[in-house]
Amino acid sequence: MTTQQRTLLALVTGALFLVVLPPAALFFDQIYLVSLLSRVLIYALAAVSLDLLLGYGGLISLGHAAYVGIGAYVVGIGFFHASEMEPLLQWPFVINGSENGLFILPLAALVAGFFAMIFGAMSLRTKGMHFIMITLAFAQMLYYLFVSMEKYGGSDGLSLYSRSSIPGLDLASDIQFYYLCFALLAGFLICAERLVHSRFGLVVRGTRDNARRIQALGIHPFRYQLVLFMIAGAGAGLAGALLANQTEYVSPGLLQWTLSGELMVMVILGGLGTLYGPILGAAAFLLMEEMLAMYTEHWMLYMGPFLILVVLFAKGGLWTLLVGRSEHE
Amino acid sequence: MLLFFEQCLNGLQLGVMLFLMSAGLTLVFGIMRVINLAHGSFYMIGAYVGATVASSSGSFVLGIAAALPAAALTGMVVEWIVLRRLYHRDHLDQVLATFGLIMFFNELTRIIWGRQPLFMDVPPWLNHGILLYPGLTYPAYRLAVIFVGLAVALFLWLLFSRTRLGMQIRAGAVNQEMVAALGVNIKMLNTLVFGLGTLLAGLAGVMAGPILAVESGMGESILILTFVVIVIGGIGSIRGALAGAVLVGMVDTLGRAFLPALFHLFFGSTNADAVAASLSSMAIYILMAIILVWKPRGLFPAHS
Repeated sequence: MTTQQRTLLALVTGALFLVVLPPAALFFDQIYLVSLLSRVLIYALAAVSLDLLLGYGGLISLGHAAYVGIGAYVVGIGFFHASEMEPLLQWPFVINGSENGLFILPLAALVAGFFAMIFGAMSLRTKGMHFIMITLAFAQMLYYLFVSMEKYGGSDGLSLYSRSSIPGLDLASDIQFYYLCFALLAGFLICAERLVHSRFGLVVRGTRDNARRIQALGIHPFRYQLVLFMIAGAGAGLAGALLANQTEYVSPGLLQWTLSGELMVMVILGGLGTLYGPILGAAAFLLMEEMLAMYTEHWMLYMGPFLILVVLFAKGGLWTLLVGRSEHE
Repeated sequence: MLLFFEQCLNGLQLGVMLFLMSAGLTLVFGIMRVINLAHGSFYMIGAYVGATVASSSGSFVLGIAAALPAAALTGMVVEWIVLRRLYHRDHLDQVLATFGLIMFFNELTRIIWGRQPLFMDVPPWLNHGILLYPGLTYPAYRLAVIFVGLAVALFLWLLFSRTRLGMQIRAGAVNQEMVAALGVNIKMLNTLVFGLGTLLAGLAGVMAGPILAVESGMGESILILTFVVIVIGGIGSIRGALAGAVLVGMVDTLGRAFLPALFHLFFGSTNADAVAASLSSMAIYILMAIILVWKPRGLFPAHS
C-alpha cells in the first residue's frame, strides 16, 4: 500500500472507531469511556491547532494555553453574567451574558482569534528563542490577569451551573456532548486540511523552510504567519470553550504554561506536521496519564524521562509509525 | 518619600535575584544556543538543599555551602546526560526535553520533601533592621541579598573580561568549532558554563528561601520572570541581563506598591482598584511588549 492509501485507511478506521464508541461503551457498561474520549477529542482539537503553528508554520509557540483559557473564560463569563442577570457591557451598547452554545462557542473562537492577532502581531516581530519566550510570557500575563480578577473568581475560578444549551441537542448528556466534540474536531480538521494544501499553506510552509526565499518572491510572510496564528488561536479557543463545558468549571489553571507544554508534547508524540498525528498524540498522552496515575500518584516522575527519550530517539511520532512518511515531505 | 525609597530597595532586591537567574540562563542561551526551561529546577534544588541543611545544622552559611555544589553538580550531570545531545537539535526538541526535566525534578522534590512547603529562617545574625536614614529601617537580610547580587555581577564582569577562562567562554559564544580547533576542550567548557549557570540559580534559590516558601514548582514562576528579563536585556548578554533584571524588579515592585494608590487618587472608585490590581500584575509584560516594539532584539543584543 502507498502512504496515501494507508492514510485513508487509518482515517476511515479512526473515524469509524470514534463514531461507534459511545454505543459500544453503553453496551459494555463502560460509560466513563465516553467522557474520557470527549476529553481526548477536545485536547486533540487544541493539539491540532497547535500543530498548524509548530509543524506547518515552524512557529514554536509556548503560549497556546492562553487561547484555550480565553475560550474557556468566554464561556465562563457568559454564564456568569447570564446567571447574575447583569449585562456584560453597558456602553457603547448593552451586551448581556449568554448560555446559548450557538452564540457562545463561535464567540469563544473569535475572541481567542482576536487575542491571537494582538499577541501574534507583537511576537512575530521576533524569531527563534525570543519567540518561544515571548509567547510564554504573554500567556503568563493573561494567567496573572485572570488570577487578579476577583469578580470572576480570581484563582478559584468560576463554576458553571450547567453546560451551554444548543437547540435540538441535550449537552448534559455525555453522549450528545461527545458527538458535538467529534463534529467540531472533524470540521476543524477538514478546514485545516484544505488550508495547508492551499496557496496560503504553501506560503506558510515555504516561510518555515526559507523565509528569505519567500520574501524574494515578493510575498510578505508576516501577514500569512499572523493569519495562521489567528486560526490556531481560534481553534484553541474553541477547544477551551468545549473544555469549560465538559468540566463545567473554568480556572486560571487552564492558562498555565504546563498546559502549553502538554499540548506541545501531544503534537510531537503524535507527529509534528502531520495534521492527524496530534489526535493520536492527545489520546496517547491522556491515556498514559490516566494509567500511570492509577498505579502511582508520582506519574510525572516517569512521564518526564519518557518525554526526554521520545525527543532524543523517536522521530516522526505515532502517525508516521502508522502510515509511513509521505513522499513529498 | 521614605516609602518610595524602601520600595526601590525591594525592587532592587527582586532585580538582583532575577539577575542571578538570568545571568546563568543567558550564558547558556548565548553560548550553547540551547533554550533551557529547566533552569528554574536548579533554583528549586538550591532552595530545598539549602533549607534542609540550614535547618538540620542550624547554620545558614552551611546551607549555602551545601546548596551551591548541589545545584552546580546536578546541573553538570544533566548537561552531560541530556542537554549535550540537544545542542544541534531544533529549539522545539530542546523545549520538550527540558519540559520533561521540569516534570521529573518537580515530582522528585515532592517525593523527597513532601507536598508541604518548607520554611527557612532568616539567620539570626541578619535578622534585624538597619537604620539607613532617620525613619527608614530596612531588613539586614534583604540588604545582604542585594550586596551578594552586586558582588556576583562584579565577579562575572571580572571573569569574562579579565581571565583566560572568560576569554575562552566568549570565544566559544562566537565560534565553537574554531575554539575547539585551537585546542580548547569545548565540551568541558560547555559543561563548566552550564555548571556556573546552575550554581548561580542555586544561589538565588537558597537566598530566596527565607523570603519565599520553598515548594515544588517554585522554579517556574521565577523562570518566566527570567525570560522576560532576557527578552528585555537581549539574549546572551550579561550586561543586558543586569539592566533587564533591575528594570523588571523595579517596575514590578513599584507597580504593585503604587499603582493602586495612583488609580485611587485619579479615579477613586472600587472599579479602579480592580483595574489597578490587574494592571500592576501585568506591568512587566506590558513593559516587555513596549521594548519589543521599540527594539525587537532587546536593549543590549549580544551579537549585533
